[in-house]
Amino acid sequence: MVSAVSVHKRFGRLEVLRGITLEVAPGEVMCLLGPSGSGKSTLLRCINHLEKVDAGRLSVDGELVGYRESQGRLYELREAEVAGKRAEIGMVFQRFNLFPHMTALENVIEAPVRVKRLARSEAVERGEELLARMGLADKRSAYPAQLSGGQQQRVAIARALAMAPKLMLFDEPTSALDPELVGDVLAAMRRLAAEGMTMIVVTHETGFAREVADTVVFMDDGVVVERGAPGEVLANPRHPRTQAFLSRVL
Amino acid sequence: MSRPQADEPPPGPGGPPASGPPASGPPASGAPASGAPASGPPASRPPASGAPASGPPASGRQAGPGRPPPGPVGPAAEIRAVGVRRPGRWIAGAVVLLVALTLVRSVATNPRFEWGVVGDYLLDTRILHGVLVTIELTVAAMAAGIVLGVVLAVMRRSANPLVSGSSWIYIWFFRGTPVLVQLLFWNSISALYPRLSVGVPFGPELFSLDANTLTKPFVVALLALGLNEAAYMAEIVRAGIISVDEGQTEAAQSLGMRRLQIMRRIVLPQAMRVIVPPTGNETISMLKTSSLVSFIALADLLYAAQQIYAVNYKIIQLLLAASFWYLLMTSLLYVGQYHLERRFGRGGPGGPPPAAWLRGRLRRPRRRAGRPPWRTG
Repeated sequence: MVSAVSVHKRFGRLEVLRGITLEVAPGEVMCLLGPSGSGKSTLLRCINHLEKVDAGRLSVDGELVGYRESQGRLYELREAEVAGKRAEIGMVFQRFNLFPHMTALENVIEAPVRVKRLARSEAVERGEELLARMGLADKRSAYPAQLSGGQQQRVAIARALAMAPKLMLFDEPTSALDPELVGDVLAAMRRLAAEGMTMIVVTHETGFAREVADTVVFMDDGVVVERGAPGEVLANPRHPRTQAFLSRVL
Repeated sequence: MSRPQADEPPPGPGGPPASGPPASGPPASGAPASGAPASGPPASRPPASGAPASGPPASGRQAGPGRPPPGPVGPAAEIRAVGVRRPGRWIAGAVVLLVALTLVRSVATNPRFEWGVVGDYLLDTRILHGVLVTIELTVAAMAAGIVLGVVLAVMRRSANPLVSGSSWIYIWFFRGTPVLVQLLFWNSISALYPRLSVGVPFGPELFSLDANTLTKPFVVALLALGLNEAAYMAEIVRAGIISVDEGQTEAAQSLGMRRLQIMRRIVLPQAMRVIVPPTGNETISMLKTSSLVSFIALADLLYAAQQIYAVNYKIIQLLLAASFWYLLMTSLLYVGQYHLERRFGRGGPGGPPPAAWLRGRLRRPRRRAGRPPWRTG
C-alpha cells in the first residue's frame, strides 16, 4: 500500500528524513515509534502530500506521491491532482483540528459533500452511521468546543473515515488527551484495525502497538533503526538505541 | 466531569436546603466535593449569621491540628468594617459637576445658540435628503471596501510575488495618502484621462466613454472612499486569516479540499471573529469620513447644511443640526457593533462558533470547563 525507498526530506539545512525505506502491505497496521524529532510525523506528512520529498521514491498504492512519472521524467502534480490523492488518504492529527464553526456531523459531511459531491442526505446518513460507530450518535449537533478531547478525536476519525480512505494516518492521536480519555480513542482505532483498514500510527502508546500493530518501526534521527513484529521489537530490541528508548518509555 | 457544575447552578445562591438543618450542613458539604463544588460553600454560609457561633468553631479547632482536609466549613461572621475615606473623589466630583453645570447653563441661556432654529432645520427636507445620501454612501463604500479588502488580503498571501507585491503596493499607497487628497484626485481624473476606454492592452479598443459620466459626485465619492477603505479592510481581513490555526488548513487539505474551498468554507468563517469588531469601527469611522465629500459638492448631510447656511448664515445652528444626525447615526452603529461583537467575540475562550450566528441560531452552547475550547491545544 505504501512503499518508501530511501526517502529524504530536508527543512533548510536540517535533514529530517535521511533515507527511509519501508513497506506497508494492504490491511497492515504499522506503528511508528521513536523520540520526538526522529522524523515520524514528517514521514506521515510526506505520505499525505503535506510535505514534499526531496530524494528517494515514496508511493501510495503504486502511485508516486507528489509526482507523475512519464517516459523517465517526473512531473510535479497540479493542485487538483494532489487534492484528489489526499482525498483517498485519511489523516488524524494530534491536535484534532476539527472545524470549530461546524457541528460534529457537519465536520464529518463537509468533505464528502464538497469534495466527493455526495448528495447531502446521503452524506448525512453515512455521517450519522460513522458517528454512531465512534460511540457519538448523540453528539451530532455538538460543536467541537462542547466535546471532550477524546470525543473530538473520535469525531476527527469519523471525519477522515467519511471519505472512505484506503489508508489511514494517525499522527500521535492520543498525545493531547487526558490519560482517562485515551482509552476510547484507542478502542476506536483497534476496531478500525480489526476491520482491516491499512493504518500507519505514530504513537507513544507501546501497549497499543504491542496489541494492535502488525509491524513496529523504531525511528531515530531520520532513519529506521529497527523494525519487526511488536513481540520482537518491543520485547527484545536488538539495537541499543531502541533499548534505551524503550527502557525510558516503558 | 465538571458538567454537573455547569448544568445546575441554581442550588448555590438559593440555598434553601442548607438553612433547614444547620447542624448537618457543614459535614455534608465536605464529602461531595466533586459532585457539586459550587453549591457547597455558599450554601453553608447563610446559617452562619443565624446560628450560634460557639459550637461549630470549637469542633473546627479540635479537628484542625489532627486532620487538615475538612477545611474551613464552620460559620463565620460577616465582615463589617469602616471603609477608607476618599475625600479626593468628592472634590473631583464637585469640580466636574460645577464645570458641567456652568457649561450647560451657558449653552442653555445663550440666546445666540438659537436652539429653535436648530430644531426647525432638523427635519428640513434638504437635511433629511443629506442624511439619506450619507447613509447610502457609507453602506456602499463599506461594501466596496470589504469586498475589495478580502480580495487584497487573499492576494497578499499569494505565493506569486507579483500578486502579493501589487497588493502590498496598493495598501501602501492608499493608506499612505490622505483620503481627502484621493477624493479630490478622483474628482479631477477627467483632466488626466478625458476618455476612458476598454480594450485589449496595446491592441484594439472595445468601447469607450466620456470620463465625465464617471465623475458624477456620487461615483467619485464611492470610488475614493471605497478604494481607500479597501486598503484598511485588507489589513483587517489579513489579520483575521492569520489568526486561524494552520492546522485547520492542513486538516481541510488532508480531506482533499481545494485552496479556494478551504478559504471560503474553513478559514474565512473562523476569521470573522477577529474581523468583525474592527470592521464595526471602520463603519463608524466611514460615516464621519464621508462628510469629506462635501468638498466635491456631493449633497451629503454636511453639504446640505452648508448649502443652507450659505444663504441664511445660521452656521452654528446648521452644524448643530448636522451633528445631531451624525451622533444619532453613530449611536445606532454603536448599538449594532455591540451586539455583533457579543455574538462573534464571545467565541474567544469558549464562545459559540460563528456559524451558529450566521445561521441565526442564538442558542449559546454551554462550555465545559477546563479545556481550551476554540483552537484546541
